[in-house]
Amino acid sequence: MSAEAAASELRLALVGVPNSGKTALFNRLTGSHQKVANYAGVTVERKEGRFIGSSGRSYRLLDLPGTYSLTPTSLDEAITRDAVLGRLAGERPPEVVICVVDATNLRLNLRLVLELKRIGVPMVVALNMSDVARARGFRLDAAALEREVGVPVVETVAVAAGGARALVENLERRGLPDVPQEHPGYRDPTPEEVLETQRDARRILGTIGYREPARQRVLQRLDAIVMHPVLGLAVLAALLFAVFQAVFSWAALPMSMIDTSVSWLGNFLHATLPPGPLRSLLVDGIIAGAGSVLVFLPQILILFLFILALEESGYLPRAAYLLDRVMGSVGLSGRAFIPLLSSFACAIPGIMATRTIPNLRDRMATIMIAPLMTCSARLPVYALLIGAFIPASKVGPFNMQGLVLFSLYVAGVLAALLVAVVMKSTALKTSYHPLLLELPEYHWPNPRNLAIGLWERARVFIRRVGTIILAMMVLLWFLGSYPAAPAGAPMPDIYYSFAGMIGRALEVVLAPIGFNWQISIALVPGLAAREVAVGALGTVYSLAASDDSIAATLTPMIAGTWSLATALSLLAWYVFAPQCLSTLIVVRRETASWRYPLAMAGYLFGLAYLGAFVTYRIALALGA
Amino acid sequence: MTTLPPEHVLALPVALSTLRKGDTAIVIGVRDDHLDVGDEVRSTLAQRLLELGFIPGESLEVIGAIWPGDDPIAVRLGRSMFALRQREAAAVMVARAKDPRS
Repeated sequence: MSAEAAASELRLALVGVPNSGKTALFNRLTGSHQKVANYAGVTVERKEGRFIGSSGRSYRLLDLPGTYSLTPTSLDEAITRDAVLGRLAGERPPEVVICVVDATNLRLNLRLVLELKRIGVPMVVALNMSDVARARGFRLDAAALEREVGVPVVETVAVAAGGARALVENLERRGLPDVPQEHPGYRDPTPEEVLETQRDARRILGTIGYREPARQRVLQRLDAIVMHPVLGLAVLAALLFAVFQAVFSWAALPMSMIDTSVSWLGNFLHATLPPGPLRSLLVDGIIAGAGSVLVFLPQILILFLFILALEESGYLPRAAYLLDRVMGSVGLSGRAFIPLLSSFACAIPGIMATRTIPNLRDRMATIMIAPLMTCSARLPVYALLIGAFIPASKVGPFNMQGLVLFSLYVAGVLAALLVAVVMKSTALKTSYHPLLLELPEYHWPNPRNLAIGLWERARVFIRRVGTIILAMMVLLWFLGSYPAAPAGAPMPDIYYSFAGMIGRALEVVLAPIGFNWQISIALVPGLAAREVAVGALGTVYSLAASDDSIAATLTPMIAGTWSLATALSLLAWYVFAPQCLSTLIVVRRETASWRYPLAMAGYLFGLAYLGAFVTYRIALALGA
Repeated sequence: MTTLPPEHVLALPVALSTLRKGDTAIVIGVRDDHLDVGDEVRSTLAQRLLELGFIPGESLEVIGAIWPGDDPIAVRLGRSMFALRQREAAAVMVARAKDPRS
């Protein structure tokens, strides 16, 4: 962009209380022209988008974190205050602040408007969800509100096409000052001043004749069930069950399509390119490596579709309310529930979802235990080992294999709770942090918002797969391919590679937990992602790596050569071991420090070794 | 002259944390001097409660509570609903409007 165009660009910032429909308005104005990054030096998400007004002027719109007030209680809220005041390093102050208010809850929203007005920020008020408000019987008078507050008030309907246009046209018509404002004399208001603005807000609402109808009976009845301490948990359990069913059944087809395409591409290149390092790098390193992570995209998207829909509907805070007590007993916030739930599909979106936890240490504790939730990448490993070693016999009404799988899930959850207790009473000890959670009104999720939210997730995930994760995959490929095996060597090629050397060295350490050299070697490339170990075992046992039915061929092979104790020990290892570099890389990015990923890897490997050792020894003692 | 039924007699101020599900009350004020929440939180909690609308004169209703111990509770305040733990609810002083147990 030329300097001239940048100069004429108007910088806008969206400010609003949580659940005011701010992000929906942001999506409506900017569509898919969004850029998501972090604010300099912190892990708060920075969302910016661009759009062109009907006059042809271009706008840059910053979606600031939702806040009830400019007196922050979390890092996100501090960012919003500092951005509005122009105090953020590397961030020019907005020329106009758009304060988004929920027309169905002016009593909660109006105080922030008055607070912003008081510090003299050039602003307009977007009276959002005005359609919903009218439909639900609210008496609303935008013109009177504008007169009383003394700043422009524009009705917007964030979920309808054109519902945001009025806002931009209004901005252009009024010609607001485009001089960046600075507020050197700003200080946080005292409680007396807060009370005073609240009284002002109440007076204004009285003057403009704002009337709230009684809440719909059907919503009250819904809450009586959803928020009931017992029925509510049953509803939650049913919802979770449905979500997991969908994640695994809907994702099956797209996953196999991705898998097929990746192996087709691999086979195609394998057949077209001359043999050599380049072909190996492309086929075994890049395509196989990126493919092994990309295959989880459908599951991640389906999971996020549900999370976004539940979030937009207003259900999630209610779930956090229900679970606050349980989570609180291990020192976590009720808000940790969603990230941990996501981690059952994949720890990466789970760790990304911890951004909604306001307290930094609570957030770190949640990130640290997220990898203990049994992610879907463990399933191929579990399926292989259970299929090979656990008989499909009936135990009462249950299948033995199913019971073992279930107990692996439970083991992960129990370990997570234990680790949380330990961490929250030692390294991540916090002073008390209030819950004070708003339980917003229910809303039907908007498909367009869901689509944009999903697109955002997909982009973040693919970008990560395409950059650092790919680089690590290539590194592991290198370790697994060089140096080449000597001619006529009796062992599979990987035995002679760096990965093989590392694996054989590891065997010394891993022998006490029952791992042979084949397993030890497979764990090295298996660091890339858990399920890679299945393919790596195939390679170690000299099976054709491109064989789709590798697990089927591998099953009798390991069933015949490993002891049951070894298999159980490896299962225990996989409950804990951080055999997923992508997770560690995401933790590094989310925490902006190497401290947490290193601590995570350390404690998880420690637990894995301990868990496998105990399992192996007990199994041996029982004669397995 | 008839006597007012008990539920119309304004009681002495009590903490919101002492209310049970179904109770309604009027907010008297917010105080933070006696809270078991640590200094850092104490300095912001009262202010945040005021910002959320727990201001004198507003009426509220406890619409839900998690067993055992009613922690957290769900409170309707105007058109908003909030979940508060006992420790936060102890900061809000209210006058009971109605006592279903009487």
